[in-house]
Amino acid sequence: MPVSSTHYLFLSLLLFSIGIMGTLMRRNAIIIFMCIELMLNAVNLLLVAFSKMYADADAQIFVFFIMVVAAAEVAVGLAVIVMMYRKVHSVDINILNRLKH
Amino acid sequence: MDIYSILFWFLSAMAVGSALGVILSRNPVNSVMFLILTFFAISGHYIIMNAQFLAVVNIIVYAGAIMVLFLFVIMLMNLNADVEPQKGMMIQLAGVISGGTLFLVILMGLTTAKSELIDTKSSDIGLISNLGKVLFTKFALPFEISSVLFLSAMIGAVVIGKKEHIPASEKAEIV
Repeated sequence: MPVSSTHYLFLSLLLFSIGIMGTLMRRNAIIIFMCIELMLNAVNLLLVAFSKMYADADAQIFVFFIMVVAAAEVAVGLAVIVMMYRKVHSVDINILNRLKH
Repeated sequence: MDIYSILFWFLSAMAVGSALGVILSRNPVNSVMFLILTFFAISGHYIIMNAQFLAVVNIIVYAGAIMVLFLFVIMLMNLNADVEPQKGMMIQLAGVISGGTLFLVILMGLTTAKSELIDTKSSDIGLISNLGKVLFTKFALPFEISSVLFLSAMIGAVVIGKKEHIPASEKAEIV
C-alpha cells in the first residue's frame, strides 16, 4: 500500500491525541510539559507532510518558527517549574488547586 | 511494498510506541528517554520526506538541547525515584476517554479529506540553501521578531528563576 497524505494525517492525529491523554492523566508538571512538546511535534510532522504534498517550502519555515517558539517556551516554563519546586518542594499539580480557595 | 512504505510503517510504529511509553512510564527519566526516541522517529520521517535540514535541526534543538534541559531539571529535583502520586482511576479513565473521543471525532471528520500519494522522488525543497533563501526574503521580518522573542524569554527565565531575598523572620514561618 503506497503512503498517502492521509497516512501522515492520521499518524500526527494519533500522536496529538496521545499528548492530550498524557496531559489529562498525569500529575507531574514536568511530564505534562513533555506531553505539550509531543503535541507540538505532531503538528510539525503534519506541516512537513503538507509541504511535501504541495512542494512548497513555506511550511518548513513555519516548522522552524514553531521550534523557535518551543525553545523559548521551554526555558520560561522550566524556570516556572523550578520556582514552584522551590516554594512547595513538589512538582505535583494537585498542590496548586489551593489557588481556587 | 517499496522501501518508502516499509520505512514509513517502521518509523510510525516507533513514534507511537515510544509516545505511549512517555505517558505510561512511572519514572520521569524513562519518560524523557522515550520522548527522545519519539523525536528520533519524527526526524526519520523528515528525512524520508526530503526535509533534511529540519531533521538535523530537530535532533540538535529538541533531542540535544531541550531534552537535556528537562533531564537537568529532573536530576536537580531528584525526581528519578518513584514518588509521583497517581491520579484516581476515574480521572485517568476520563482522560483516556476524552483523548480517544477527540481522536475519533477528528478521524471521522477527516475520512473525506483530499488524499494524495506522497511523491517518493527526491526534491531539493528541504535543503538549507533553498530554505535559507525563503527565510531571509519572504520571512525576514518574522525572523527578526523571533530574536526579540528569544531575548525576552531569556530575561524572563532569569527573572523568574532568581532567588528572592526573604527576611529571616518570614523565612521561619514559610518553612
